[in-house]
Amino acid sequence: MNLADWRKRDSFYEASARRRILGLLDQNSFQELLGPAERITSPHLEQLGFPVSFDDGVVIGSGLLNGKKVLIAAQESGFMGGAVGEVHGAKITGLLQLALISHVTAVLLVLDTGGVRLHEANAGLVAISEILHAAFRAREAGIPILVLIGGNNGCYGGMGIFARCCDYIIMSEEGRLSVAGPEVIETAGGVEEFDSRDRALVWRTMGGKHRYLLGEADRLVVDDIKAFREVAIELIQKPKPLTLESILQEHQRLGERLVAYGECKDALDIWKKIGIPEFDAIPLMDNDAFHSIVKPYLPREGTEEET
Amino acid sequence: MISETFTDWATLKANRHKRLQRASRLAKGKIVSSADIIKLLETVIEPHDRVCIEGNNQKHADYLSRCLAQVAVERIHDLHIVQSNIALSNHLDIFEKGIARRLDFCYSGEQGARMARLVGEGKIEVGAIHTYLELYGRYFMDLTPRVCFIAADSSDRDGNIYTGPNTEDTPPIVESTAFKNGIVIVQVNKIVDKVPRVDVPADWVDYVVESPKPYYIEPIFTRDPAQISDIQVLMAMMVIKGIYAEYEVNRLNHGIGFDTAAIELLLPTYAAELGLKGKICQYMLVNPCPTLIPAIESGFIKSIHSAGSELGMEKYVAARPDVFFDGPDGSMRSNRTFCQLAGHYADLFIGSTLQIDPEGNTSTATLDRIAGFGGAPNFGSDSRGRRHTSKAWLKAGREGHRGNTKMPRGRKLVVQIVETYREHMQPTFVDRLDAWQLKDDFKMELPPVMVYGEDLTHIVTEEGIANLLLCKNDKEREQAIRGVAGFTPVGLARSHRAVDNLRDRGVIKRAEDLGIDKRQANRGMLAARSIKDLVHWSGGLYEPPKKFRNW
Amino acid sequence: MMELLKFEFPGHRAPLRPMRGSAFAGVVNSGSLEVLIESVDLGGRCQVEVKTSANGFRSTWDAVLEDFFARNRFADIKVSINDFGATPAVVSLRLDQAAAEIMEMGAK
Repeated sequence: MNLADWRKRDSFYEASARRRILGLLDQNSFQELLGPAERITSPHLEQLGFPVSFDDGVVIGSGLLNGKKVLIAAQESGFMGGAVGEVHGAKITGLLQLALISHVTAVLLVLDTGGVRLHEANAGLVAISEILHAAFRAREAGIPILVLIGGNNGCYGGMGIFARCCDYIIMSEEGRLSVAGPEVIETAGGVEEFDSRDRALVWRTMGGKHRYLLGEADRLVVDDIKAFREVAIELIQKPKPLTLESILQEHQRLGERLVAYGECKDALDIWKKIGIPEFDAIPLMDNDAFHSIVKPYLPREGTEEET
Repeated sequence: MISETFTDWATLKANRHKRLQRASRLAKGKIVSSADIIKLLETVIEPHDRVCIEGNNQKHADYLSRCLAQVAVERIHDLHIVQSNIALSNHLDIFEKGIARRLDFCYSGEQGARMARLVGEGKIEVGAIHTYLELYGRYFMDLTPRVCFIAADSSDRDGNIYTGPNTEDTPPIVESTAFKNGIVIVQVNKIVDKVPRVDVPADWVDYVVESPKPYYIEPIFTRDPAQISDIQVLMAMMVIKGIYAEYEVNRLNHGIGFDTAAIELLLPTYAAELGLKGKICQYMLVNPCPTLIPAIESGFIKSIHSAGSELGMEKYVAARPDVFFDGPDGSMRSNRTFCQLAGHYADLFIGSTLQIDPEGNTSTATLDRIAGFGGAPNFGSDSRGRRHTSKAWLKAGREGHRGNTKMPRGRKLVVQIVETYREHMQPTFVDRLDAWQLKDDFKMELPPVMVYGEDLTHIVTEEGIANLLLCKNDKEREQAIRGVAGFTPVGLARSHRAVDNLRDRGVIKRAEDLGIDKRQANRGMLAARSIKDLVHWSGGLYEPPKKFRNW
Repeated sequence: MMELLKFEFPGHRAPLRPMRGSAFAGVVNSGSLEVLIESVDLGGRCQVEVKTSANGFRSTWDAVLEDFFARNRFADIKVSINDFGATPAVVSLRLDQAAAEIMEMGAK
């Protein structure tokens, strides 16, 4: 991508939660639910003497995506690291429950989170399990859930697990997806095991490109809200079946993957094993170069990129 | 009657010869192995020696200083260390152990608290705290090193040294030592057959040791654009329109900081919109900060001389030899002495600080830490030895003209750019600098001031620009300062009438007075908003250190 | 602990335009704040409620808010703030952003 085009992009990474929603949806179609004026704030943070946010750090509502009715939630990365507390979680759960009764085409979830809001302890944990439950009900009813990851916090913890329970994950290379965070791994396993300050290592292990190559993220896009939007428009038309068969297939695929790459010490070893040429240049390749180089090595069912 | 007493005029030479003799079996020619280096130090250094350790702003002869901390204190003790930057813990270990006792230095940022403790315990006798040029100057007066430790990229087997982009402070250290019969010891990353270019001739070098790890170097001049705030964008816009454009500032130095990084990133956008390309900022004295890349690529900047290099910028700098000072071998040579010297005669200095008092004295000294100044006081002062003119210098001189003399003079623009409050609601503007307390606590003769009120010409805050040159007397100057001190106690104590008057006269200018729409003042104005943006601007030549990556 | 500060200001006698609805600016991260401005019938007055993590700065808030209301011709406005240690510069910035938004809404 040349400099002029790069500068024209509407950076997903830079944007606030509301800005991301407005950039993703059709113009003037977004209607916020339970917005700041309703003041649905966290009772737990209040008790602990922490500042609250009027929307508890997540923006939810409805709108149109290329004319189709969707529900959308976007976590505000700056508030409490996007972490899920009781109210925050309830808003997302409620949104997913609303999807069931309001005949929407899809639900879009812009996740930018460290996972459970530890301040809220069990309330946060329960919140995430309720989100999971509501999501599966929606998927069972054939409503696809798309997860968009490309912000500063990545998508970690219980929400990382949740993301993989949804139909699709769209990531940019700035995004990260995992369960335990880098600092936690280093604390538990030592710096030899994982140096959390080696940011190249962190992104190699948990970042968008690697997740895409491993098959955890379905699409990898440039850091541009428009690019996320285009892919979302395509994918909301293709809910992934949630059947015993599809789950068994996924288990099979994961088992094969473990056998193939389980001994590898670093993502570089995995990419080498996949057979990708110039594998050590992958982290610094720009989006177009990356896709053209890896395309032959990544057969994907049902989500082929257009040439 | 001719005296019969014999005067030996070559004592240093003889003593040097003795030391080299003692150590003759410890080196193969000039090359010393790492197995022998500590013994070598114990052999060629003598107690009470004045030793200069290359602790620069960025590069450090860390292997040699670690080795020095391991010499037997019975053999080597009471050294007098002259060193510009005390940055690593082993720099202070030698004092803890009694290997060194006296210290003359410039800056000790990270080690400030430990230094304060050691001074309190009597383990360090501080001679003086200097600015860089002062200390290098004293290497040629009364602080000439007897032994120096320097860090370099490579050496050939004869001892020709390549210091490359990170030449920094090496030249005055080596020259002063070598030309007073001192001993020059070099740690290199690699011993090679042929060096890319000769930065220090072998004749000046006594010993070379290949260190087990490359010399330590800090990326201290990289500022991530992602951390620049809207407020900093607003202030940067005010500087560009209210000062650079106003005085046609074409030759300047930027002190390191997010405020100046914001200015650099607004040159291709805001300054270009104002039609200032080719009129301002063409000659800069500054390290190769990545945030300069968009301005360079946009053709704003003609030439940059640097005090040091910056990690990750090596390829970019080598690919822009019209702009940077690149040698015939293709790589840059930095030189802090010459950069600071040029800065004396530039038209403007702008930088940040931690505290400002109502007289305009500024300081970065904080309680319980002995930190020093670095280079700012050199750049941030008027140079009264200057004679050549420029538009900016003459205009500032006219504005600042006081008293009854008919003799006109020019004046350097010295600008401090600060937010009125720092983190944790600490006011920048204070009635009394912490420096006074530090003076008492550590029994200094003067409070450590970075920029004196007399030298300061402008203060820029989120509230506007105060032009101190236009103040007729001390009372006006005080009100001008209070008039941009925002909601701090110093600011709230302003006389509203006086400040309104100063505003009417243009001594204080608010953003509105400069025609700046505050709603335009946001990060969207920056030519680059992330490290990745800078990589794109550089066409992939900039290779950010890992700690700045988020991909 | 959080400190709750309440302020009342006399509204402007000739407000710029009638206000409607609400406007919002900012994110509550460390060193920052969020501002919610709502149009409320207060008999012409203006109210401000600040919940802040930085204790003991009532007089600073007072000065900043007084300045804000002097700059903006408001009446019947309630300002609610969640603050996480923002400096006055950032507070003024977010207040102005929310103010600009609510004035734009009133113009529609």
